[in-house]
Amino acid sequence: MSEAISALKGASHTGFATVAEAGLTGMISIRADLTSKALAKALKGLGLATPDQRKVVSSEGRSVAWMSPDELLLICTYEEAPGLSQSLSDALAKEHSLVTNVSDARAMFTISGEKGDEVVMKLCPVDFATFPEGEMRRTRAAQVAAALWRSGPQEISVICFRSVAAYMLGLLEVSSRKGGEIF
Amino acid sequence: MSTRLAKGGRLIDRAKPLNFTFNGKPMRGYAGDTLASALLGAGQVMLGRSFKYHRPRGLVASGAEEPNALVNLGRNNRHEPDQRTTTTELFEGAEATSQNHWPSLEFDVGAINDTFYRFLPAGFYYKTFMAPRFAWKHVFEPIIRQSAGLGAAPKEADPDRYEQAYDYCDVLVVGGGVAGLAAALTEARAGKRVIVMEQTAHWGGRAPVDGGQIDGQEPEAWVAAAVETLSGMANVRLMLRTMAAGLHDHGYAIGYQSVGEHAADGRPRHRLWRVRAGLTITASGAIERPIAFSGNDVPGVMLASAVRDYIVNWAVSPGDRVVVVTNNDDAYRTALAVQAAGLTVPAIIDAREAATGELPELARARGIKVMTGRGVAKVLGRKSVTGVEICAQAGEGGVIETVACDCVAMSGGWSPVVHLWSHCGGKLVWDDAAAMFRPDAARPPTGAAGEPLARVVGAANGLLQLGTIMDEAGIPAVSEVEAPLLPVWVMPAGAKEKLKFKAFLDYQNDVKVSDVQLAAREGYESVEHTKRYTTLGMASDQGKLSNINGLAILSDALGRPIPVTGTTTFRPPYTPISFGAVTGEARGELFQPLRRTPMHGWHEAKGAHWEPVGLWRRPYCYPKAGESHRTAVNREIVNTRTNVGLLDASTLGKIVVKGPDAGRFLDMLYTNMMSNLGVGKCRYGLMCNENGFLSDDGVVVRLSEDTWLCHTTSGGADRIHGWMEDWLQCEWWDWKVYTANLTEQYAQVAVVGPKARMLLEKLGGMDVSKEALPFMTYAEGTLGGFPVRVFRISFSGELSYEIAVPANMGLAFWEALNAAGEEFGVMPYGTEGLHVMRAEKGFIMIGDETDGTVIPQDLGLGWAISKKKEDYLGKRAQERSYMTDPKRWKLVGLETLDGSVLPDGVYAVAEGHNANGQRNTQGRVTSTYYSPMLKRGIAMGLVLNGPDRMGEVLEFPGDKGAVFKAKIVDPVFYDKEGEKANV
Repeated sequence: MSEAISALKGASHTGFATVAEAGLTGMISIRADLTSKALAKALKGLGLATPDQRKVVSSEGRSVAWMSPDELLLICTYEEAPGLSQSLSDALAKEHSLVTNVSDARAMFTISGEKGDEVVMKLCPVDFATFPEGEMRRTRAAQVAAALWRSGPQEISVICFRSVAAYMLGLLEVSSRKGGEIF
Repeated sequence: MSTRLAKGGRLIDRAKPLNFTFNGKPMRGYAGDTLASALLGAGQVMLGRSFKYHRPRGLVASGAEEPNALVNLGRNNRHEPDQRTTTTELFEGAEATSQNHWPSLEFDVGAINDTFYRFLPAGFYYKTFMAPRFAWKHVFEPIIRQSAGLGAAPKEADPDRYEQAYDYCDVLVVGGGVAGLAAALTEARAGKRVIVMEQTAHWGGRAPVDGGQIDGQEPEAWVAAAVETLSGMANVRLMLRTMAAGLHDHGYAIGYQSVGEHAADGRPRHRLWRVRAGLTITASGAIERPIAFSGNDVPGVMLASAVRDYIVNWAVSPGDRVVVVTNNDDAYRTALAVQAAGLTVPAIIDAREAATGELPELARARGIKVMTGRGVAKVLGRKSVTGVEICAQAGEGGVIETVACDCVAMSGGWSPVVHLWSHCGGKLVWDDAAAMFRPDAARPPTGAAGEPLARVVGAANGLLQLGTIMDEAGIPAVSEVEAPLLPVWVMPAGAKEKLKFKAFLDYQNDVKVSDVQLAAREGYESVEHTKRYTTLGMASDQGKLSNINGLAILSDALGRPIPVTGTTTFRPPYTPISFGAVTGEARGELFQPLRRTPMHGWHEAKGAHWEPVGLWRRPYCYPKAGESHRTAVNREIVNTRTNVGLLDASTLGKIVVKGPDAGRFLDMLYTNMMSNLGVGKCRYGLMCNENGFLSDDGVVVRLSEDTWLCHTTSGGADRIHGWMEDWLQCEWWDWKVYTANLTEQYAQVAVVGPKARMLLEKLGGMDVSKEALPFMTYAEGTLGGFPVRVFRISFSGELSYEIAVPANMGLAFWEALNAAGEEFGVMPYGTEGLHVMRAEKGFIMIGDETDGTVIPQDLGLGWAISKKKEDYLGKRAQERSYMTDPKRWKLVGLETLDGSVLPDGVYAVAEGHNANGQRNTQGRVTSTYYSPMLKRGIAMGLVLNGPDRMGEVLEFPGDKGAVFKAKIVDPVFYDKEGEKANV
């Protein structure tokens, strides 16, 4: 296997919050009937469960998020993504489903710090004051598609397409510059 | 002459003086001043010249409604024109210059317009520029460009930072006066999430100046307590210096916040708030109206409320002798404030026959002379007020008495600020007694479910007395009881033409009573038409002072009631907002997202010349030092056809389609069959829209029994994915098909040329021989240690492999190919090389040969249209008579007789002329290039009966009389037998 590099090689900036590309991340798109028992079983095998509408379920470094009525996103390590993708595909082989490894198609960013919300509220039409932990929000950041969730204490993770990673980091950088604190 | 008073000024801090300049002259103000109050305090009454007549102008107002006192602010890259001094907070080092004069504010050549005012009536431009036609370009436009407009446009890029932010609330309160604060308290105590936006730097609005008592306290004390209470509530956000600019559908409100004006600490200058509010309460107050009398624009004539604002808020005296002209009781407060500041009120001129209310009696008791039934015939003075001529309001302007003064405080009543209420459909009613339009509570702007989006409180609702305003919120308050006003639209009532010529309605656009009356005489009835004809209310103040007076005069001239005339449309923003705030982060690098392939940086480092493709940038070519783009393209092509070339094809759309119904689905999407494609095989396919026109093309690969991979054009990937989902979700929702757009999952490289196989064999890892991997097949494996999918497809006619690797390995794979290929003479090639090579082979390109009106049959692609299939998208459309017309232009190759390159897009002419006197045409060029292999120009085009006319010569007129002659030939120019790819 040859060396893989993420879109921005973990570039980061620190203003009133720290914004950073998260580096290589495994992501698997699962399109299936979300009530499927085979799906539930396969996720259970990973210590996870089928998330409810808009929810994220996390366990031991892996998360699975509800993306649409027939789509989930499994987030894992980059290295295990090809294998997991294959085993999930096998587990759902008898049902109408589509499991694809999209780890390389995306870029992931984290916004961390006490005022992290103030960075993303400049870019995304999301009510961060009421945005709970454990919820995945598909939205936009300025002009590009984005999905985000609270991935830890004072941390928000944002996913976008790989090709616009530099644009996303540019947005996050300018929005987190010192002096730009909102409250 | 205006001056700073020795005492008072509730908003200024005398311990913090601030220096600034006006037209280069050093002046001094205090922290808490506006630029307007500082200028007035420094004795500067005249601040600019008017737009049309270049008349001297000074401050009229003290807030957002100010029409005159606009200045150029700052210099160089921070120069900004038309800055409203009344809403600009004074800052250290401010540099203001006056506008619209030449050569100087004091002596202005353009003021001659004022003498010839009779020749500049309403509609002057329309009337004058009808004829002669040449005069517009050579005479009028140059003169108007010189004289029109106010400030000078900035010439340099704005160095400041701007941003936007989203927010949400149950209740947005617009206006931080006592009505707004009271409403916020009520809503906040009910547990609502509340945002209060106040456009100025201070809470309380007019109440602290106008006096009275709220809940047993001075207004200022009550305001301080209310703000303290609200500040302590977690569900409330108080925002000063934030102007609610507009209220839009679904309760979407725009707030314009001044954050770090002139700050050097990294703060953005402005922030634009995009707020979703469940309910917007407009507590935006009211604006005082001027009175239309002759000379009402002479510097020193001000709104009565502004005069007392300057005295009470900033300790600035607008003049030693202030004559008050009014039609209501409220303006008497100004007389009392002037007197309390130790200045003189020579007279209060009241248009009403009697003034017996609490305030007039108080004024009389303080020894102020009150003249009822009187009006101003004329203001004396030019650059500043020297006196007023007093007449009977009922008469024609015969002068009874002349009173010397240096300031005139006028009040024609108040107009509620109904802008936000009206922005998205709230209706107004005419209140005859108060002579105002006020919001009609029964007809608010409504949301999706018909629910009210807005409510209105306080003066914005037409409640002008403190008691009634606070009563709404259940808070006891008292102020002097006011008697009804007398509507006065012209002063005196029978003013002669000469007076009306100088009685201004719209100060900013120089529109007078006589202009509106002229428009009515000329047949204008609609207020919207009159507005545009006279330009009343069309300046940057949007007629905040002039609209009601103007439409009242129009109504009078047309002999109909004011509500029949109605108002013009209120449009956001309430006051102008900076372009920077509208732009937010979208500037420079972030103006638009730029999509980059994994190899983008490599291309950049190699000096690639870019071609935009959608939001991607693709290398057009890689010029070497000293090489022109044309030379580089030719080199890349020759090298690819001789040795081996590499193309970054990562942008190519890659959509996986899977499911029991996937074959059936693709048979509907493509014109040819895809369901019968063998596993591991590739097939070129065409997609059409419902109208039969070609929409996209690409190679489809069958990955497994139930899975296909659809390649789309680079620009079409997202659109085609959306197109697929549209059909699956909206039309064929019961078909079992899933799609995934994997365009960005893979970096893709086309390895093209006679030595392509040698290069891949050198990398090693899988069998890429003709036998193991024949043309139009695909295999998975590894190459040089990279996990790959290899497609034997060719868009160049050469031996070609398109190889997909995970995007995160794309750069490494690209570098490995370049390194391994050195001995084979490998070179990257760009999109222009790609285009030329495909044209040499007669392959069509979506967007060149197609333009949304071309069907596959036009392009000789009938072989890619299934005759067996019952249906596919576009099939029925292609059977319509116009589509089957044999006269549709068809694809052919074109070869110039002299070997030159045809210009792109030129038309082939036919005999005769059409109805417009243009030459008839019989074809057009769709692609045209220089072929370095054939060393001549080659082209493709659509030609009438083209395929049946091989060998015929067509004429293509170019620029400057040039005529290109080209022969109709087969569109395949190079390697007609296709031997090179089949190796």
